[in-house]
Amino acid sequence: MEEKFINLTLKVWRQKQGEKKGKIETYQAKNISTDASFLEMLDIVNDDLTIKGIEPIAFDHDCREGICGMCGQVVNGYAHGEEKGTTLCQLHMRRFKDGDTVFIEPFRAKAFKVVKDLVVDRSAFDKIIQAGGYITAKAGGAPDANIFPVTYETCELAMNAAECIGCGACVAACPNASAMLFVSAKISHLALLPQGRPEAAKRALGMVRAMDACGFGNCSNERECEASCPKNISITNIARMNREFLSAGVCSTAM
Amino acid sequence: MQLNSNVPSGPLETKWDRYKFDLKKVNPANKRKFEIIVVGTGLAGGSAAATLADLGYHVKNFCIQDSPRRAHSIAAQGGINAAKNYPGDGDSVQNLFYDTIKGGDYRAREANVYRLAQNANNIIDHCVATGVPFAREYGGLHANRSFGGAQVSRTFYARGQTGQQLLLGVYGQLSRQIGLGGVEMYPRRDILDVVIVDGCARGVICRNLVTGEIESHSAHAVVLATGGYDNVYFLSTSGMHSNVSACWAAYKKGAAFANPCYTQIHPTCITVHGDYQSKLTLMSESLRNDGRIWVPKKAGDNRSPDQIPEDERDYYLERKYPSFGNLVPRDVASRNAKLACDEGRGVGNTGLAVYLDFSDAIKRDGEDVIRAKYGNLFQMYDKIQDEDPYKVPMKIYPAIHYVMGGTWVDYNLMTTRDGLFCLGGANFSDHGANRLGASALMQGLSDGYFVLPYTIGGYLATQSLADVNTSHQAFKDAEKQLNEKLNKLMNINGKRTVDDIHKELGHYMWEYCGMARNDAGLKEAIQKISALREEFWQNVNVTGTSKDFNQTLEKGYRLADYLEFGELLARDALTRTESCGGHFREESQTEENEAKRDDENFCHVAAWEYAGEGKDPILNKEPLVFENVKLTQRSYK
Repeated sequence: MEEKFINLTLKVWRQKQGEKKGKIETYQAKNISTDASFLEMLDIVNDDLTIKGIEPIAFDHDCREGICGMCGQVVNGYAHGEEKGTTLCQLHMRRFKDGDTVFIEPFRAKAFKVVKDLVVDRSAFDKIIQAGGYITAKAGGAPDANIFPVTYETCELAMNAAECIGCGACVAACPNASAMLFVSAKISHLALLPQGRPEAAKRALGMVRAMDACGFGNCSNERECEASCPKNISITNIARMNREFLSAGVCSTAM
Repeated sequence: MQLNSNVPSGPLETKWDRYKFDLKKVNPANKRKFEIIVVGTGLAGGSAAATLADLGYHVKNFCIQDSPRRAHSIAAQGGINAAKNYPGDGDSVQNLFYDTIKGGDYRAREANVYRLAQNANNIIDHCVATGVPFAREYGGLHANRSFGGAQVSRTFYARGQTGQQLLLGVYGQLSRQIGLGGVEMYPRRDILDVVIVDGCARGVICRNLVTGEIESHSAHAVVLATGGYDNVYFLSTSGMHSNVSACWAAYKKGAAFANPCYTQIHPTCITVHGDYQSKLTLMSESLRNDGRIWVPKKAGDNRSPDQIPEDERDYYLERKYPSFGNLVPRDVASRNAKLACDEGRGVGNTGLAVYLDFSDAIKRDGEDVIRAKYGNLFQMYDKIQDEDPYKVPMKIYPAIHYVMGGTWVDYNLMTTRDGLFCLGGANFSDHGANRLGASALMQGLSDGYFVLPYTIGGYLATQSLADVNTSHQAFKDAEKQLNEKLNKLMNINGKRTVDDIHKELGHYMWEYCGMARNDAGLKEAIQKISALREEFWQNVNVTGTSKDFNQTLEKGYRLADYLEFGELLARDALTRTESCGGHFREESQTEENEAKRDDENFCHVAAWEYAGEGKDPILNKEPLVFENVKLTQRSYK
């Protein structure tokens, strides 16, 4: 597509640190290249605000290539914007038209408090992983890597789940602010691999408990999480998590 | 300054085992009494923090991002090397060692590189044990692919996101220790100073990025694993928050900085467009397994690639380097891309691109096979360039991707400051003047899982460290100094934004300290950087307040350090009048435009020592001794 330059009206959520309420402010984004990324568009707007003496819009970002999971905003009602399988940093301005009005808000959930403007606190995800999202292994005692064969298909399934970047879009998109897609991706990734089996029951129970304690909602099969996931994580992982959780609760001594 | 590498004597193959035996140990009950600060949660920092806590030490771990899972190791794509010889193509520890030393153009320490090659196999085993889903063959065993500078397949990979999977493995281990209380995690912190008491590193000063508070933290030892300084170029493939500030603070507190001019320009990155561009995106070297690099034979040929017949294309790497072909090391591939573009044979709107073409591989193996290997990379390319690489060749150009230079460390990974260690991409140790692909992940995990946990014990067991906490005057002084610096920055109220000045710095760095460097250009760079630094302190505009979540201020103090560091980089490049690896001095090249080393005068590590504000830094040299490999002109022909 040929490079063009467009003008947009931005409606951006501004919220000062420590304040419970924020409000929408209106800014103009002028002369934006359609080859620029969405975050680069915000950089240009922020430079403009700085020159005018207005504090720039705070937003999280780091790798800007769709893998670190740090960025994320709700753009026109969609987590990471409307384009499928895309993080916000991968969204490009060629998806917008000259004269568009664009609403930009933070990921909203009870468990994700707003820090400032578009920045939210997602440390609840870390707490869930700390409750079992790992395999216990000391550095030094591992057997040869080829000792457990894993079928090609199983490895692919585990990898599909392991691709989760922990951005929180699934939570922001869910009407219940459920974290089930995130939690199930980690449970699936490890449960599918032979080296993850010894702790599978303990892991499922621990992570689900932590998820509830952090204030995330329940799953009511809306499938919004899957639709918004930039890594196309499948909700079949939620089914697998439910099986792991059930069998852990019924069969296991790992309570 | 004394530079003692502490490399043990005796045969190369048994150095590390003997050294581990000789190291003093800390008994399990005593480990609990020691506090260790680890800065960074990438492959090196995260693995070190988790392993030290697992051993019983009390660890305080810091990172910039909101979660330790987001360190920039996560963006590594292609893979991690090991000499497992699973494909049965004759690989061995000796081979991996030799390829890495040669790839680094004989500017790394033999003993460090050999240890790295030895640890590589343990790394793969440990990563698999922690749940890393490396690619498998249909039979269920691990698959390998090839990378530049090697003639065997020794690279383990997880699609095009190996770094992500390795980092999530490390993050799992770290999370377990946080849950158990062995690691206290401090996210969203910038480390801005290192505190020295009685000559030893005893703590850090950091800024809490949420509240803006300046915090002091004390410990018995400090470990920096803060990654590379690529962003001195403004545009690089590094994360936006990557910075040199902690290592620069350490430099000013007595930790020498080694080989800053060794930067890696990666041949296959998505091309530059527009001055609003914020960063560059790598297309993994693994793509060179199946992609063929070419430009038109004729200069100025602007037909679309499908209109250029086979006999009018120049597959220049295959032509010039028949034995390595498209898999020559990065520095060689980058320089050749530049040469082709300089000859007017570059493609795309700017003429600053070459083709990376998959049509032969797709014809041979089918689109599905290519998708399974590189699907996510093709998707990334499509999103940025809006062009389908399954149908149209990728357009790529070299970009700053990695830096081999870093804080000087000895065999223990300790800097020239006692009690201050440096790991992974932040140190200088293992890659010489050019890093081979899939070796950065290997080094990070080797340092963190398998080297530091032993050597730091050796340090702690032999010291008698006084009780020091944050009420010590050294912490108060460092906090005061930092507050003054931040206040100064907040009160300039000039006319230029931080990014604007950073882009100008990046322009000078790329222009004069990029793929080709020369005497006049480097001298000019030093002058221009120095003038820009003055302008920064007169004319930068940092909005908001310092006691708040203030991203402009963060960028501002990181740039202030880059404006000092960039000059050291140029000075190092000016002093090293030879070419080696990624450091290409136009004055020193062979007739075929290859880097020409000067072993007589430059077979050493350049370790720069801080001499005080406004004074020229002091150059110290650590001679490189080669007992096991013969120094030759590198050839990949």
